[in-house]
Amino acid sequence: MSVIETGGIDCDLHPAVPNIKALHPYLSDHWRDIVIQRGIGELDSLSYPVNSPLTARPDWRVAGQKPGSDLELLRQHALNPFRTSIAIANCLYGVQLLFSEDLGAGFAKALNDWMAAEWLDKEPRLRASIVVPVQNPEMAVDEINRLAPDKRFVQVLMLVMGDMPLGKRHYWPIYAAAEKHGMPVGIHAGSAYRHPVTSLGWPTYYSEDYAAQAAAFQQGLSSLICEGVFTKYPDLKVVLLESGFTWLPAHLWRLTKFWRGLRIEVPWLDRAPTEIVKSNVRLTTQPCDAPPTEPMFQKLMEHMDSDELLLFSTDYPHWQFDGEDVLPPGLSRDTVRKIMIDNPRATYPRLRNG
Amino acid sequence: MNVQVTSRPLPAAANASKLAIADCDIHPQRGNDKALHPYLEQRWIEHMQTFGARPRQAYQKSPAYPKGQPNASRRDAYPPEGGRQGSSLSFMQKQLLDQNNCVLGILNPTGDNGQSYQNREFGAAVCHAMNEWVLHEWLEPEPRLKGSIVVPYEDADAAVAELEKYAANPHFAQVLMLSRTSEPPGQKRYWKLYEAAAEAGLPVGVHAFGFGGYPVSGSGWPSYYIEDMVGHAQSSQAFLTSMVIEGVFERIPDLQLVLIEAGFAWLPSLSWRLDKIWNRLRVETPHLKRPPSEYIHESVYLTTQPMEEPAKREQVLDAIDWIGWDRLLFATDYPHWDYDNPDMVLPMPLPEQKRRDFFLNNAAKLYKQD
Repeated sequence: MSVIETGGIDCDLHPAVPNIKALHPYLSDHWRDIVIQRGIGELDSLSYPVNSPLTARPDWRVAGQKPGSDLELLRQHALNPFRTSIAIANCLYGVQLLFSEDLGAGFAKALNDWMAAEWLDKEPRLRASIVVPVQNPEMAVDEINRLAPDKRFVQVLMLVMGDMPLGKRHYWPIYAAAEKHGMPVGIHAGSAYRHPVTSLGWPTYYSEDYAAQAAAFQQGLSSLICEGVFTKYPDLKVVLLESGFTWLPAHLWRLTKFWRGLRIEVPWLDRAPTEIVKSNVRLTTQPCDAPPTEPMFQKLMEHMDSDELLLFSTDYPHWQFDGEDVLPPGLSRDTVRKIMIDNPRATYPRLRNG
Repeated sequence: MNVQVTSRPLPAAANASKLAIADCDIHPQRGNDKALHPYLEQRWIEHMQTFGARPRQAYQKSPAYPKGQPNASRRDAYPPEGGRQGSSLSFMQKQLLDQNNCVLGILNPTGDNGQSYQNREFGAAVCHAMNEWVLHEWLEPEPRLKGSIVVPYEDADAAVAELEKYAANPHFAQVLMLSRTSEPPGQKRYWKLYEAAAEAGLPVGVHAFGFGGYPVSGSGWPSYYIEDMVGHAQSSQAFLTSMVIEGVFERIPDLQLVLIEAGFAWLPSLSWRLDKIWNRLRVETPHLKRPPSEYIHESVYLTTQPMEEPAKREQVLDAIDWIGWDRLLFATDYPHWDYDNPDMVLPMPLPEQKRRDFFLNNAAKLYKQD
């Protein structure tokens, strides 16, 4: 077990919308009327069934409350015990899953305003990601521009699985806006379920759905790199959230090998994928799909080939670890400091003054 | 059905000065469109000529992700007598088998082989023609080569029927599937095939590719061939995840699965992740009695090509240590462009025993050719 550093920056935790009525005050009159008229119900994503063990740690559950929906509990469970100085709130309420671009944009705006009023105004340690209506990149850019003056919004949030692969030019306006405002794009586990989560169709079990998230991140990363997003936006940082990270070395070995053989197809890719990841991509520490022994984990960290890639996260309230065992095992004090403080500050320009 | 596959001695090595090897992924190609005609009913020949293969993808004859090389194959592999790469047995013998002192080669007839056709009855007929063609034109003339039985796996009854035609034939050593199935392959509709393969003592080889019909990523179709190729590792992860979590290895402990041409270094991380998920969510899968990594270690083999290449090349040996040196089967993927050369594939000299296991013994044992 590694010892945590005081004042760490938690780069992935999840305040929850208690229910859709909580957003009513933040919807425009039109959308509020629509929601009521049509009886639009809860938008909790299939990715986190409320009662699934993984969705909330048992000792973080309170009867009758949706996990993550109470600020005081979030302080008690996540901010205070890990002596966190700053935590980035990534709200996973499923507004990005709606098919309608307009409804998606209406809900995204409400969600972000709710986040500012109900969480950021009340807890100075919190920062948040802008939930953008990925359904329409122009509307997503409008939402980024609307909120960018509020420096408490430090990142743009997308899901790893959507309508089309993340690197497609369709999404580039979002990346341009994020880069312009000095905000990383956070890619979180989850799907809009436009397609099956595996390339072999819809799996039977939720366990398979969650397992498939890691493969989705691998393919999302391939797409961002191969399409040339980082060639076009060299200052853009992408943070993979709740992605796992132990898959990264093997994936980059493979991608880089094929890049050598197939550069003819992606001539704009002027650097090896391994190098692009070192300069532009970061990953959060939970979940840590760790090997069974510490020496194996040490080897894996060598395979990562950089101590600047990982960012501390609790993934609160998801049940990824027990007690205070929040960090991967066997990390030196120096590495812990990098993961918990230096790397997040280097990744998020908007945290540097905070 | 209970078939005993007898062990036979390996043919004498042709280039005896080199270490003998097994090549567990070789692709025989048809020289022209009529190659299968002797093995197809007239009805299906006419169907082929009229409507074509109609796999679950866009083009009649070309892949929608254009390959990196003509026929995705080495430019030095065109046979001197003409025809596409991999279509000449005599040239394959010279360029691959003799050159590398290959004493055991597993033929995987993958391209346009009937397995991903929309018309499944037609597909089953083509699968059978492929098996007859491989048997008569490759396996019978060349004893170093063993075949994989091409089965129409999307229709389990038809697949079992095809398997049974060859299960006792000593020229065949494996049952062949493609990795991109139409539904997650651990689902019940496929179990009959696995049961029949296990009963026959034949491993199920799962070769990368296939047109299952779904996008190759959970976010839809990527733009590039490089993503399609790299994505075989993710498809194979999904394949294995489904097999493990559905409990196929719990139900059929004798089943042996060989993942072909999808690399291997991704497997340790997947195993750790599946164990972690199982620990957390096992209430959902009470049919699993043991951690996923145990089923994987007991039942799964992987071919080595395309071998992952870290910048510090020796790091790939860590991945092999974690998987187990008894689980990897060397493969070249001849005649394809991303061929791995056995003389250069390993980053450093290995102890003699590991080297022999990696290049020959694991395969000889699995395929009962020792």
